[in-house]
Amino acid sequence: MVVRYTVILAVVAALLPIAVPWLGFVFTLAVGIGLAALGVAMLLRGGLISIGHALYFAVGAYAVAFLMRDAGVHDLLVLFAGATIITAAVGFLVGAFMVRYRAIFFAMLNLAISMVFFTLLSKLYYVTGGTDGLAVATPTVLGMQLSRGAFDVVMQNAALILMVAAALLIDRYLKSPLGEALGAIHTNEVRLEYLGVSARGVIWAAYTVSAGLAGLGGAITAVAIGHVVPELSYWTVSGQLVLVAVLGGIGGVPGAFIGAFFLELVRTFAVGIAGEVWNAIIGISLLIVIFFLPEGLYGLIQRLERRRTNPK
Amino acid sequence: MNPILAVRDLRITFGGVVAANGIELDIYPHELVAVIGPNGSGKTTFLNLCTGYIHPASGSVTFEGKPITELPPRTITRRGIARAFQIPQLFAGHSVLECVMLAVAARHGIWDAWRPLARRGYRHEAHEILDLLTLGAVADRLTATLPEGLRKLADIAIAMALKPRLLLLDEPTSGVSTAEKIPLMDTIVGVLRAEKITALFVEHDMDVVERYADRVLVWDSGRVAAAGRPHEVLHSADVLERIIGVG
Amino acid sequence: MIANYLPLIVDGLADAALIFFVAVGLTLVFSVVRILNVAHGSFYAFGAYLSVVIGTIFAGRGWPLLSLTALVISPLLVALAFGPLIERTLLRWTYGRPEALQILVTFGLFLVLEDLQKLVFGVQPYSQDLPMQLLGTSRIGGIVYLNYQLLLIVLALVVGVSLRLLLKKSRIGKLISAVVADEELARTIGIDAPRVFMLAFSVGVFLAALGGALASPTIGVAPGLGAEIIVLAFAVAAIGGLGQIEGAALASILIGFTRVAAIYFAPEFQPVVPYLVMVAVLIVRPYGLFGSIGLRRI
Repeated sequence: MVVRYTVILAVVAALLPIAVPWLGFVFTLAVGIGLAALGVAMLLRGGLISIGHALYFAVGAYAVAFLMRDAGVHDLLVLFAGATIITAAVGFLVGAFMVRYRAIFFAMLNLAISMVFFTLLSKLYYVTGGTDGLAVATPTVLGMQLSRGAFDVVMQNAALILMVAAALLIDRYLKSPLGEALGAIHTNEVRLEYLGVSARGVIWAAYTVSAGLAGLGGAITAVAIGHVVPELSYWTVSGQLVLVAVLGGIGGVPGAFIGAFFLELVRTFAVGIAGEVWNAIIGISLLIVIFFLPEGLYGLIQRLERRRTNPK
Repeated sequence: MNPILAVRDLRITFGGVVAANGIELDIYPHELVAVIGPNGSGKTTFLNLCTGYIHPASGSVTFEGKPITELPPRTITRRGIARAFQIPQLFAGHSVLECVMLAVAARHGIWDAWRPLARRGYRHEAHEILDLLTLGAVADRLTATLPEGLRKLADIAIAMALKPRLLLLDEPTSGVSTAEKIPLMDTIVGVLRAEKITALFVEHDMDVVERYADRVLVWDSGRVAAAGRPHEVLHSADVLERIIGVG
Repeated sequence: MIANYLPLIVDGLADAALIFFVAVGLTLVFSVVRILNVAHGSFYAFGAYLSVVIGTIFAGRGWPLLSLTALVISPLLVALAFGPLIERTLLRWTYGRPEALQILVTFGLFLVLEDLQKLVFGVQPYSQDLPMQLLGTSRIGGIVYLNYQLLLIVLALVVGVSLRLLLKKSRIGKLISAVVADEELARTIGIDAPRVFMLAFSVGVFLAALGGALASPTIGVAPGLGAEIIVLAFAVAAIGGLGQIEGAALASILIGFTRVAAIYFAPEFQPVVPYLVMVAVLIVRPYGLFGSIGLRRI
């Protein structure tokens, strides 16, 4: 089911930019958000809500900016790989003590660290460009410097490939012993310990992976927009990531991307029609999903699927 | 023969209540030992101490010759001790099969992020254990939908999936109707004897104790007050008065 | 000697006072209703906006002194408008649901209120410092202090003490304590728990709006105010221990002083301070200064 929907999504996504060119940019941004939301969704499986994941989103984005500016890295793939690894490393370090916390306290600590990062990004003008942020030049692709138009097309396809790859890999992870153990922590952590499994270890692994995902998402966003700002680490971005994860549905991997597409589409269309209400629309959509569609949009799709194959 | 579990002078106090007051005992391989005693005498505390859920103020617990007193539950489990709980500790939202498969996976190594949990090998092993405990028919049912007796069995199945050498059972027949008790214990004890698992079970039903235990340990106020074979202990006037309140 | 530090102390306490109103409201709602309300910051913003609007109306009509009353009228209006309505509808539907979902519901509410705020008040900044000017200054030990700051400190003490008395001595306070201790039991002995929740939540809204109203003469009121204050209030509430009123007071003082000290000695890093303190406290005491949790019995 996951494979089928990922493929459908991928085909639609691949064709859409050709049909409606400016949607390609929206798609790329949505993949960036979707990857980060997938990271959040992973942790939600374990009953852990991170309201500070924008931290990793921002780390990935700024890593791209720093790698370009200070390390002379210009290749797209190297930038993505570098940003992901750097962010995963940060996640690994933070995770080392983060895994001792649960529930609200886990959430609060994540929030605190993301806000520390936000304020540091805003204040350390000479390193980070302060509130103005840093520009991100167009990276090279396989050694070639492309025009912005051509590059955007490459980006869309790269985003597409990364989305599909991430979806398949994380789906595997969640169905593996390590992934299922993560879900077990949420339901009965004591029992899991009595199986000889270190709950902290399982969470640490998931946390590191989820940080890497958010970092990759941030990197994609940084390159697509061409600019990084401290707001990428602000708590409202973290809130949006959780919102996207729940809106899309945490029952399956495609949920995060479905939620992200929804968010970006609403954002794009609402700005055109009534700029000051897109927050409200998203907020109301979230409330509708929470009260009437607890399994998110993906859950709704799954239910419709089941009804289609089982008319009874 | 060397004891599989040796406990020496275990002591702990919780806010004024002495929950363990110098527990001393030896459990020998392949024995089925019953632990009886009034409520509040510290039996569950003893299980918590043996499995590392809490640590004693003083004293030691040794398993297969090696000390385990200060180790956490997950390490003690990996050394070969498994536990079934008074209130069955299952994974809500999962099926019985999934719970047991997780235990099987934990035993083989949980650090696997690539191959699926529900792989053929683990499924097969899980089904074997479930069949041994007559849970085959409910394998795919969610744990929340099972009656108490089957939930207990499921809890025990999870513990057995870890292939322990020592199994600690906390009131395996509590909450189970009288009619179901004997068949339940017949099943459990049958598997224990067949797999050569040493077991210690806390029990309140004296018929069950008399029928299945090789030895009985009588708990009173945080220590072992009496020990012996069931027919000796259960008919001693002293025990009857203390524990069962007759006399 | 202490006189040298008096400006710092007054500044710190005044800052602490403004933080306290918001943080104590948040923590009160958490202790009774068990929900961390992300939209708490939105009520702060509404309180600030409304206070400026009312104050400006009074000033325009030639009744400048009445602008002081705006500081109290505004939170009352906000509490009456939003308190019962939101508790009865949105929050009631979330009781008994998982924590994460409850926080998300309040986040959704926050998003809606942010846009409502922009629709009603627009996106340009508002300001009205008349109340502050009206109260004038005092000279103590050769240094000039704003009487407004002193008022804030006094009000914070009044609110803190009143809350304490309310919760410990009054009949309504005992009802609240009963519901907090054991809701099911409280219901069975006839306590109208839903009403207690509505009251507690409304008081929380009032306190948030009061914080906004009292802060409005000292700041520029613009979009984003709510977002800024809620994360600070979260930090303070977490440091003090969620649901602990004394904790909120202590944490407010701690943050007030560290922020002001930062302004004096390392102004660039003033915004980082509360979150650094939060990380530091949470690492040492995960449940905050006064919070606690027990080991699960099995």
